[in-house]
Amino acid sequence: MARGQAGSAAKRKTNDTGSSGAADSAVTQDELLKYYRDMLLIRRFEERAGQLYGMGLIGGFCHLYIGQEAIAVGVQAIKEQGDQVITGYRDHGHMLACGMDPREVMAELTGRAGGSSKGKGGSMHMFSTEADFYGGHGIVGAQVALGTGLALANHYRDNKKVSFTYFGDGAANQGQVYESFNMAQLWNLPVVYVIENNQYAMGTSIERSSSETHLYKRGASFRIPGEEVDGMDVLAVKAAAQKAADHARSGKGPYILEMKTYRYRGHSMSDPAKYRTRDEVDEVRKTRDPIDHLQELLAKKGWADEAALKAIDAEVKKIVADAAEFARTSPEPEPSELYTDVYLEAAE
Amino acid sequence: MTDVLMPALSPTMEEGTLAKWHVKKGDTVRSGDVIAEIETDKATMEVEAVDEGVIEEILVPEGTEEVKVNTPIARLSGDDAAASAPKVEAPAQAAGDPEKKAPEAVEVQPEGEASAPVLPKVEMRDPELPEGVKLVKTTIRDALRDAMAEEMRKDDKVFLMGEEVAQYQGAYKVSRDLLQEFGDKRVIDTPITEYGFAGLGVGAAMAGLKPIVEFMTWNFAMQAIDHIINSAAKTLYMSGGQIKCSVVFRGPNGAAARVGAQHSQDYSAWYAQVPGLKVVAPYDAADAKGLLKAAIRDPNPVVFLEHEMMYGQEFDVPEDIDWVVPIGKAKVRREGKDVTITAHSRMVGMALKAAEQLAAEGIDAEVIDLRTLRPLDHETIVESVKKTNRLVTAEEGWGPMGVGAEVIARVIDQAFDYLDAPPARVHQKDVPLPYAANLEALSLPSVEDIVKAVKAVTYK
Ligand SMILES: Cc1ncc(C[n+]2csc(CCOP(=O)(O)OP(=O)(O)O)c2C)c(N)n1
Ligand SMILES: [Mg+2]
Repeated sequence: MARGQAGSAAKRKTNDTGSSGAADSAVTQDELLKYYRDMLLIRRFEERAGQLYGMGLIGGFCHLYIGQEAIAVGVQAIKEQGDQVITGYRDHGHMLACGMDPREVMAELTGRAGGSSKGKGGSMHMFSTEADFYGGHGIVGAQVALGTGLALANHYRDNKKVSFTYFGDGAANQGQVYESFNMAQLWNLPVVYVIENNQYAMGTSIERSSSETHLYKRGASFRIPGEEVDGMDVLAVKAAAQKAADHARSGKGPYILEMKTYRYRGHSMSDPAKYRTRDEVDEVRKTRDPIDHLQELLAKKGWADEAALKAIDAEVKKIVADAAEFARTSPEPEPSELYTDVYLEAAE
Repeated sequence: MTDVLMPALSPTMEEGTLAKWHVKKGDTVRSGDVIAEIETDKATMEVEAVDEGVIEEILVPEGTEEVKVNTPIARLSGDDAAASAPKVEAPAQAAGDPEKKAPEAVEVQPEGEASAPVLPKVEMRDPELPEGVKLVKTTIRDALRDAMAEEMRKDDKVFLMGEEVAQYQGAYKVSRDLLQEFGDKRVIDTPITEYGFAGLGVGAAMAGLKPIVEFMTWNFAMQAIDHIINSAAKTLYMSGGQIKCSVVFRGPNGAAARVGAQHSQDYSAWYAQVPGLKVVAPYDAADAKGLLKAAIRDPNPVVFLEHEMMYGQEFDVPEDIDWVVPIGKAKVRREGKDVTITAHSRMVGMALKAAEQLAAEGIDAEVIDLRTLRPLDHETIVESVKKTNRLVTAEEGWGPMGVGAEVIARVIDQAFDYLDAPPARVHQKDVPLPYAANLEALSLPSVEDIVKAVKAVTYK
């Protein structure tokens, strides 16, 4: 392999020696407006979820996706029908990006019969076979092996589908991640590992938990290519995801994308957030916000005036208000639901 | 116009102190702005605005204590606020079921109190408690902390490791101030690598140190169960007695409030099955402290099961003595003659409440707090059943192959002829724990379930 290539790869923060994806060359006005709307929907949805939690309507833990919206939306933009998505407990954004009904998602948060798991899963455990969304997992790191297993099934069926397996910077230290990496590369499994590096795992910064903080390099000793991506830029996410998915889909095996991002809110609702300063949070919100960034881009291209953005805003607000109302008024599950879904009947 | 409400910042928060306002009347706020600081017994937290608008009025001044969740604390004006404010109406079930809340400390009837002649004497003190010792109200959280601190002061081989135990002061604040006192060599923040750090802990124990390995919850110890069982529990045996492994694995076990199936499981029966382990599950703060100190000193691997919903509960703890409660001894929490109820951990509180209700109906229940599940103090149980002739077991976990099954097997083995009725078991329903509030309440064992079971075995 030529030195020059490796050198430029290093500058691009990748250990993939192939070409880089082209960022915004081909994006259309409609696409860009859709990304904007989808990201805004996630943000407003999450703000409302936080509010419902504060009112006691949502119980337990509730992990908001605010700040990370560009990742789920950017990956979704290149996802093909039948490609699977799996993630951890910070899952509301992925579900909305996958096109799940906001009502169903919010009603699951409030534990009502209208929820996507009939109220039986809750915030951390949501699924939709219709949207090829495989959860929603409460155990840090578990989704990495499961997502690799989804890829094993794709490989087995030779169906050219890709598994998008999301996990956090904290999860990246679990042993099963590396066991999965090894098998994925060994067997050429079509999986794109999307590491959402928001720099903290609860109260622990990545510097305090990881000997190698460049997570895109974590597959290197398994020969898995990896790349660092600006996770606050939906087009950069999209381009990187396209390249990684092409790689996986064409039978070359797994790919690692390290999305550099940031969570604005606490880890879950009850987080005193003493491990970082308010200034640090404000700085990111002011300078790197993914939605502001897209708004600027739209303005620069002359693709959306204030009226157009206001209209999107109003539409999103209506959807969220409707979802919240549904989640508040949907009845609790029937008591008989307690005993359903534990086993399936064996086929005759 | 919309009201800003006092938010709940944790699943169990009911009220808090409005410590500080960051905005004043007339200020414009945007969603995400910090508008106030709120204090609970656990921590101080910032409140962010959800709606945009202008602060019309501050309704609760800063410094106000005991502000109930959902009380309006400020009034906001602005289109946005008006358009998006949902109606405030917490559903009945969110606050409803008292059993899902952290239970109150059980009222103890003083000896010889004239007002309650039907109630038999309740044993307040541990049999080991020396005369003249002062008792201080302490939360279970602090009792556990004190136990670790005292043992760490005494023995420099003792150290604590786990996720968020040091800088964050513990996910449930059980290790509060330990980093400050003992430094980062002895209070160690680990990455999220349960299998790895449990193994490191066991290895360090094999080398003669005395680690306390904290699991953020026992649910996450399933990642590490191989080291707990294959490495810690069996090595003494496999090495013909050469390799010792003095390690404590501890953390909250069982159901918390509304966290769903993967975060709500009682592992009592799982670990209590394994030879080589000792398994402890205390109910009150004195036992939490005394048994944790015993566990740290024990030369064997000890699984120490705490309960998240009990951390904030206060109980009497003896002060200024080296308070160590022996592992392997049950405790009669309430004497009675009609029926024996066995329980451990949080279920002890429910059993005591059930006993009170039953007393009002003329049934005199004896409540045994198992405290240690392995080795199980079957003598105390059998002695009790020989007296009462009836048995109900209560546990938070699933019934099949459970703690109750074991207790009953022992009683049948050793006191079959004394039984006047088939024993009954109270336990969680045989399903993964559901998230929905109503289903969760149906699924978990309740005081009512114990009362019913007692009536069944006493044919009342
Ligand atoms: C096996 C396991 N250990 C610990 C936890 C508790 N826990 C939940 S989230 C979390 C932090 C994870 O951080 P990261 O992977 O960076 O994801 P983020 O929350 O930042 O999205 C921890 C320690 C858990 N759920 N599962
Ligand atoms: Mg993180």
